[in-house]
Amino acid sequence: MEQAEEAEVVLRLDGITKRFGALVANDGISFDLTKGEVIALLGENGAGKTTLMNILFGHYTADAGSVEVFGHPLPPGHPRAALAAGVGMVHQHFTLADNMTVLENILLGTGSLWTPRLGAQAARARVAKLSADFGLSVHPDAKVGTLTVGERQRVEILKALYRDARILILDEPTAVLTPQETTALFETLRKAVALGLSVIFISHKLGEVMAISSRVLVLRHGRLVGEVSTSDTDRHKLAEMMVGTEITAPKLSERTPGPALLTLSNVDTSRRGNAPGLAGVNLTLRAGQITGLAGVSGNGQAALAALIGGLETPVHGGMDLHGDVPADWSPRAALAAGIARIPEDRHRTGTVADFTLTENAVLECYADAPYSRKGWMDWSAAEGFAKKIIETYDVRCPGPSARIRLLSGGNMQKLILGRVLEAGPKIILANQPVRGLDIGAVTFVQNRLIKARDAGAAVLLISEDLDEVTALSDVIHVIYEGRLSPAFPRGTMTPAQLGTWMAGHGFEGGADAA
Amino acid sequence: MEIFDILLSASFWAAVIRIASPLIFATLGELICERAGVLNLGIEGIMVIGAFAGWMAVYLGAGLWAGVLVAMLAGMLFGLLHATLTVPFGLSQHVVGLGVTLLATATASFAYRLSLPEVTSPPKIEPFQPWEIPIVSDIPLLGPALFSQTALTYLAFALVVAVSLVLYRTPLGLALRAAGENPASVEAQGLSVTAIRMGAVVVGSGLMAIGGAFLTMSAFSSFFFEMVNGRGWICIALVVFGAWKPGKALLGALLFAAFDALQVRLQQTPMGAVVPYQVFLMVPYVLSILALILMSRRAEVPAALMIPFNKGER
Repeated sequence: MEQAEEAEVVLRLDGITKRFGALVANDGISFDLTKGEVIALLGENGAGKTTLMNILFGHYTADAGSVEVFGHPLPPGHPRAALAAGVGMVHQHFTLADNMTVLENILLGTGSLWTPRLGAQAARARVAKLSADFGLSVHPDAKVGTLTVGERQRVEILKALYRDARILILDEPTAVLTPQETTALFETLRKAVALGLSVIFISHKLGEVMAISSRVLVLRHGRLVGEVSTSDTDRHKLAEMMVGTEITAPKLSERTPGPALLTLSNVDTSRRGNAPGLAGVNLTLRAGQITGLAGVSGNGQAALAALIGGLETPVHGGMDLHGDVPADWSPRAALAAGIARIPEDRHRTGTVADFTLTENAVLECYADAPYSRKGWMDWSAAEGFAKKIIETYDVRCPGPSARIRLLSGGNMQKLILGRVLEAGPKIILANQPVRGLDIGAVTFVQNRLIKARDAGAAVLLISEDLDEVTALSDVIHVIYEGRLSPAFPRGTMTPAQLGTWMAGHGFEGGADAA
Repeated sequence: MEIFDILLSASFWAAVIRIASPLIFATLGELICERAGVLNLGIEGIMVIGAFAGWMAVYLGAGLWAGVLVAMLAGMLFGLLHATLTVPFGLSQHVVGLGVTLLATATASFAYRLSLPEVTSPPKIEPFQPWEIPIVSDIPLLGPALFSQTALTYLAFALVVAVSLVLYRTPLGLALRAAGENPASVEAQGLSVTAIRMGAVVVGSGLMAIGGAFLTMSAFSSFFFEMVNGRGWICIALVVFGAWKPGKALLGALLFAAFDALQVRLQQTPMGAVVPYQVFLMVPYVLSILALILMSRRAEVPAALMIPFNKGER
């Protein structure tokens, strides 16, 4: 029949179903991948994309369904079998050993464990050739721990190519990349496809899906809800398929900024673990203005958040708060000064997982009236506060006495948002406020931040998502290795220009004092 | 000064090497476990069971090397228990390790009482004899210190080289180090984290037991209940001191042994008549703590040490 005309099917998923307890993560998913194509697997967080790929790669075992690679069934639950069949996976969280070299990471597990030699010399030549063929430059003898995120991703891809992968799965590969690195990655993928490889590209970023894929599969709540040719669709249609409802993006109205509420002048702070501290940072947060901070993760965002949140004091330089220099700077002093914090990691620093919603709601004000009097907690007042937040901020939960760990990320974030905004803050430190949330919750959180800005709060929005920063900010700074770019007013910079700054250009020379 | 006389005597250096030998075995064993990501606090008890099992086997008629083998197998058995509880079941490595130490120590006592119910002082065996290596043992000072030791001591030093080679030059060593650094990398390359970690703990425990057996079969000739006397815990510190590297760990073991040999000799000097002997006993430990503080500040801890790995966990 038409078989001869069709491109060769390299991968076939048939009726894959996976449950985690009551949650159905994948519900009867079937699709084909043909030779030399890039398909995008699009869906919100929790839609089941990663689960599906982990089943394909053998990290999980499916409850039902089967996988066929090059016409042969793939035994479930064995990454080794998937690798042998030509499936290579670039995980979202890199699976690299930091204390070993690039070459060692690539070689790991490629031969028998019982051979006495590593065979590093032959491997080195092959890695060099693959690097050249696919445009993946990385030094084979560098310790992985010293590499940038983009370089680590190249090592992950090299690992797969070294094993002769014919099918590459990339799980949210661009989440950690600058726009330039993303472009380079796409170049590599195009080269791979030209050489006959097939690619599954997992993402929730619509622009990238449109740019790289030839076909899009949309997952929602574990089901495959749509399959379209990329040329027949657009970003808006894809977004609606992904969410299942119409969406409207938050809008920023014109507003004249008020007085400076917080000013940093030439501030240095010490390093935070592997991340740089601040170096000569000048920053002004004004009332009624959202200041966006763009930058690749790990470039000093944590240091800035720690400084403003009171966890860190400047080693050098001045900090001016409402026209005063704060004496003893601490988290408590920051709270007292009207600084509200939406922390980066809502699970670890934003909430106490095994505390109730009520307890979490009063985490920052438990020592104040009316929640405690003369050293005794007034739990009914605290519960009243929690109920108010649940109602006003649409926190979907069993009730105020439920433990917060039972809530989804979005609802957890809404509780934090309520706790923060109900205190009537002057300055809001929003660190990755919508990371990992679905579009509904994203819109809710963003609209609330805009509302707070319109009510006169100064908002510092730290985000790795350039689209979010450009959409929500009145002024934008780029952070790179602890240094801050000049303030760019809204609409004066294109995403590509900001991306250049994110990659560190513009900071050399006179930009140090920027 | 007496201290220089001590430092220039061959008997002092011979003692250093002798005291270091059991520590080298057990430190290498612990290092292998920790490089794979498992802290093995069973070390103290596994050394006790090794000391007992090797000695008992020889007492019952086995050859010396057969005794070493028995000790190693006994250690591996307790290592298997530790590995089973900590690796596939992912239980707390602290609790399991201390439990294994208590169990192994108690098993040794129980077996001793059961097999020798009437004995008041433990019977002696014929231990390993010094093996003088021709020619090199005639070198002044160095010869008697380094080259008239027992075969087990030579084995300990050879193992330092062997473990280094395996860790850094073979695919097995690569997989082992990766399991302790980021087990997900091992899993993603199609290897079994469970198998690698369990294997490391079992083999490592075997080495610890040989360290214990050294005490009853080379250093002394019989078994006493308190003879391991915290050496296992010292080895845990030596692994940290050595920054999880075999060569540096060997250095640490020699340093500790030198302090220990020195304090015994200092007790016999005129100074020993004035200063209470307990002060001398403290010296190696105090100096070890100081050395640990100086040496281990920048050490690279295996990133996944003490973190259980569960395949397919969300």
